[in-house]
Amino acid sequence: MEHPLKQILALVVVLEISVATACGGGGGGETTDSEADGGAPAGAGSVVSPDSAATITGTVSFEGTAPAAEPIDMSEEPTCAEKHPDGAMRQQVAVTDGRLANVYVYVKSGLGDRAFPTPSAPVTLDQNGCRYSPHIVAVQAGQSLAIMNSDGILHNINTQPTENRGFNISQPVVMETSREFSRPEVMIPVKCDVHGWMGAFIGVQSHPYANVSGADGSFSLADLPPGEYEIEAWHELYGTQSQTVTVGVKETAEVSFTFNSDMAGNHVPMGEPIVLR
Amino acid sequence: MLLALGMVAQAEGQEAPAGKATYDKWCAGCHGEEGAGDGVAAAYMLPQPRDFTTALYQIRTTASGELPTDGDILRMIDEGMPGSAMPGWKDYLSNTERTDLVQYLKTFSPFFEDEVPPPLEYGGAPGVSEEGLAEGREFYDKIECWKCHGQAGRGDGPSAPTLEDDWDLPIRAADLTEGWNFNGGYTTEAIFSRLMTGLNGAPMPSFADLIDAEFMTEEQLWRVAQFVEGLSPETPEVREVVRAALVETLPATVDDPAWNQIERFYVPLVGQVIVEPRWFAPTVDGVWVQAAHDGERVALRLIWNDPSESPSAEWEEWRQRVVGVMEPTVEIAVSTAEEEAVGAGEPEVGELLTDALTVQFSTTIPEGMKRPYFLMGDQDEPVYLLNWSSGGSANEALGRGLNAIEPIAGETILTSESTFDDGQWRLLVSRALTAESENRLAFETGRPIPMAIFAWDGSNGESGTQGAISTWYFLYLDQPTENVTYAFPVLAVLLTAVLGVVIVTRAQRGAHGPGPGAGPD
Repeated sequence: MEHPLKQILALVVVLEISVATACGGGGGGETTDSEADGGAPAGAGSVVSPDSAATITGTVSFEGTAPAAEPIDMSEEPTCAEKHPDGAMRQQVAVTDGRLANVYVYVKSGLGDRAFPTPSAPVTLDQNGCRYSPHIVAVQAGQSLAIMNSDGILHNINTQPTENRGFNISQPVVMETSREFSRPEVMIPVKCDVHGWMGAFIGVQSHPYANVSGADGSFSLADLPPGEYEIEAWHELYGTQSQTVTVGVKETAEVSFTFNSDMAGNHVPMGEPIVLR
Repeated sequence: MLLALGMVAQAEGQEAPAGKATYDKWCAGCHGEEGAGDGVAAAYMLPQPRDFTTALYQIRTTASGELPTDGDILRMIDEGMPGSAMPGWKDYLSNTERTDLVQYLKTFSPFFEDEVPPPLEYGGAPGVSEEGLAEGREFYDKIECWKCHGQAGRGDGPSAPTLEDDWDLPIRAADLTEGWNFNGGYTTEAIFSRLMTGLNGAPMPSFADLIDAEFMTEEQLWRVAQFVEGLSPETPEVREVVRAALVETLPATVDDPAWNQIERFYVPLVGQVIVEPRWFAPTVDGVWVQAAHDGERVALRLIWNDPSESPSAEWEEWRQRVVGVMEPTVEIAVSTAEEEAVGAGEPEVGELLTDALTVQFSTTIPEGMKRPYFLMGDQDEPVYLLNWSSGGSANEALGRGLNAIEPIAGETILTSESTFDDGQWRLLVSRALTAESENRLAFETGRPIPMAIFAWDGSNGESGTQGAISTWYFLYLDQPTENVTYAFPVLAVLLTAVLGVVIVTRAQRGAHGPGPGAGPD
């Protein structure tokens, strides 16, 4: 019974810290070209006038000592083991200098009924060294997801969505396959049944305002129409946090999120089962 | 037009309740009233009944991840899923009941409001040839089927111990040498369809993109299907009597080629679900038995597939997952200390379990059909057991119930040899026909001897009452034959031949020119 209470307490503490950080005006995060960075869906056609486009940027921090990264035993797959001379680690909690990577940050609400064109450029999900790259993928509904196998050994890409129809396809050689998701969903787990340690998550939105925190914890949601938005940050172990941010014409608003290891017991939302009409 | 649509809608509206009645009566016990796969019987099953609310159907004609066609769903209802507890209903429900069920199942998932894509299109199978099968084997290796299914196809590949379905439940890589257990059937066409569509909800992916990517041709994927089809023998016929051939010399070892001359019999096994703690998820589903005797000794060769050579550290996680799923359904007598450990949420840590097999006989050859209780006898009438375990050699025991096994004192008269490779155990047990104590069965020729088989897969958490069992069969040792007996068939053949020649000659004489039955000279 004390478990949920603990969660709420932890959440309150974290929110306070987040607010404090935000008020302190933390440095604006530049998106890095980190492997962990999924990036905003490329080539998104904007419905927002350049004269008014606003931006929300921010940083995801990790408070306290990060849990030690779990090593992966890849001895059964020498092709992959060779790609990690110092040993491969799980990508679940990627903390560098107090910044948390691989957090999916997106506009949860506030866009009204605006419709956004589907980007023509694909988003890439690579399998390299028996790991997914990026680990967290941001894609728009209907946008092409280019799935690559750079390893040239058998991987199967088994997506397990709740709101979309998934797929489970085999890639035993270096090759590329394209798929797409038709409905927004946060998040879709991806697994490889051949290599139990491989895992990734795909976030699907009906709009282009989703980004993944880079190695420096930074994210950026650009080309937004001015307005008030609920911004949610999703982490695969620590669950979600959200904040409401108002951004004016051509303004840049900053928002920060802070996670800590006490949140490990939090509920991690996945796609909700769709309901009968 | 509108009126017609209205009528269709009305008809559909009436169909659902009809399907519901059939569903509630025959399906809900396993699949649950709301179709979530959570019926009262579900907890006793692995694989568990399908959760229809996800609309993930394994056996389809549509692409990976897609919805099934109505025909796909009907086929599953008709034929069942041989690799699971799902029976076929073709012979038990009417056409209307089954087609109504199809529509009713679809109401469990809103995904069926989406359009169902058309079945995948492809050509037919090329002719079977030696080269074709070799090419199939080549691509079986290239596309790494063996990663899960193993080099010999017995579901023992390096990734097999870690496989989970979409509900995070442990799932076996199919044993490709037992095609009769394939959920979608084991014709070449069925296997090819599985390769193209994958099995939704299971780790088995689709290989269709390999053709699009021009890594292999459709024909080469057909070759894989033909190769896989060739891994299984015909569906074995179950015969009640296992014949022990009389031979001059008994095969000396478990892999002696002489065994190839001896007929083999298939004994199917099922989980032991009568005595608690029960076992609903046995690994071993059948044992091939061969028997021979030379008038002095009897030898049995038993062959069964088990993907893990237990005790196995590699499969320990699998064991824990299986026990974790099945344990809530059984009551295991545990000591207080163990209870505390379990209560603390710690996985049960113990010694790794071994694989085991027991051949059970009555202690004496009964007159008529009376036999001891098939689950290792009872207090009134014990059974004679030949026990083998991968942890040591074989021994003899007396059984007075599944929980009352007592080794026969003194040195065993049994010899045994076992070997394991590529997901298969082969065991040879041999003994003198004559018994040296009253507890041991004295084998006699020419009389049916009650025989049953039990098997345990330690890496699946099986031991004691939790294992696989057979019903009673008979072992029949061929009698030494008198020379005169051999003469009869020879005489019969000769007589038939002479008579045949006489009749044919007469017929030909009576006919002008070659008759319809006359062949070329």
